[in-house]
Amino acid sequence: MNKLSIFTKGLLKENPALVLILGMCPTLGVTTSAINGLGVGLATTFVVVLSNMIISMLKKLIPDNVHIPAYIVVIASLVTILQQLMAAYLPSLNESLGLFIPLIVVNCIVLGRAEAFASKNNVADSALDGLGMGLGFTIALTILGAIREVLGAGSIFDLKFYDGDGIIGFILAPGAFLVLGYLVAGCRRLINKIYKKEE
Amino acid sequence: MEYVLIIITAIFVNNVVLSQFLGICPFVGVSNKVSTAVGMSGAVAFVMVIATLVTYFLQKLLESFGIEFMQTITFILVIASLVQIVEIVLKKVSPALYQSLGIFLPLITTNCTVLGVAIKVTEASYAPDGFEYGALGAAVYALANAIGYGLALTIFAGLREQMELSDIPKGMKGVPIAFITAGILAMAFMGFAGLFQAAE
Repeated sequence: MNKLSIFTKGLLKENPALVLILGMCPTLGVTTSAINGLGVGLATTFVVVLSNMIISMLKKLIPDNVHIPAYIVVIASLVTILQQLMAAYLPSLNESLGLFIPLIVVNCIVLGRAEAFASKNNVADSALDGLGMGLGFTIALTILGAIREVLGAGSIFDLKFYDGDGIIGFILAPGAFLVLGYLVAGCRRLINKIYKKEE
Repeated sequence: MEYVLIIITAIFVNNVVLSQFLGICPFVGVSNKVSTAVGMSGAVAFVMVIATLVTYFLQKLLESFGIEFMQTITFILVIASLVQIVEIVLKKVSPALYQSLGIFLPLITTNCTVLGVAIKVTEASYAPDGFEYGALGAAVYALANAIGYGLALTIFAGLREQMELSDIPKGMKGVPIAFITAGILAMAFMGFAGLFQAAE
């Protein structure tokens, strides 16, 4: 596998949120606006890139039968660092994301990449893989957040383009599930189209 | 009265899955059959109550040392080891239950409902009207959330079993239709939000 495809596979073909259906809790929980989606996406990218690199460096040192707890400790420490950084520099975003920042620990994307990729590959490739996956996740979350914000609040990235209320259901829980359902279906169709052409 | 309020709010009004988006991965992953959904909910309830109680006291300990920022890392370790312990104990004490829970036990570590509920109990900002959870309150809250989780999972599994038989457009099969169903289910649960204004 060349370097480019390690990076790009996370963006569409193996997009963690829309194709692999991993990390659903933040995907649905925080995407009430495009900004929130972007915020959690980038926070997850930070964790997944660093955890991939650290685990890839430590892969020879970690004994096989305790590897899952060891990975979780690495990830949890990174998340704690992130929590402290966000509380210090981005207090308002930290406030609106709330519980979902500590919950990055149990985001299956992070542990999944550690297990599936970083434990078998070198540091540079693992970092690339983490970056691709993280950005793919960020893109999915931002699109989802933007759609919900446009329909639910009549604004995008906090810029109001429509006076009055939107369809409040899209900001609340049902809208998240509905929009994600259609996004997954659309994404499948897109992938089918692109990869059929290549063959 | 407060406990009744906690229970009803956690099960219906603020359902963990359908209004707070916790534990979605197993919600989509293991909800193909009603029987597996029930098994999973049982395992989650078991671990969630114990984990919430343990982390409740642990939080007091962390606070006494002034190192609350270690919360995430300690909680996840406690939950991971608890799951291990529960697995070992169950295997010895009740092999039948262990058999029926099977693969679901280890999966609970990465179920964010457990960590989510454990963190929520410790933070006053999530409690209704500044209500302070005691140890008992924490246990009740965890149990109520587990019941809410089980309820959502079981209803959803029932719906999906029916859906197997219906004629769904090809592109929507599997995950997309599952999300859309969940959306409609969440809409139904939104009806409970008016419950308390009506009662007052």
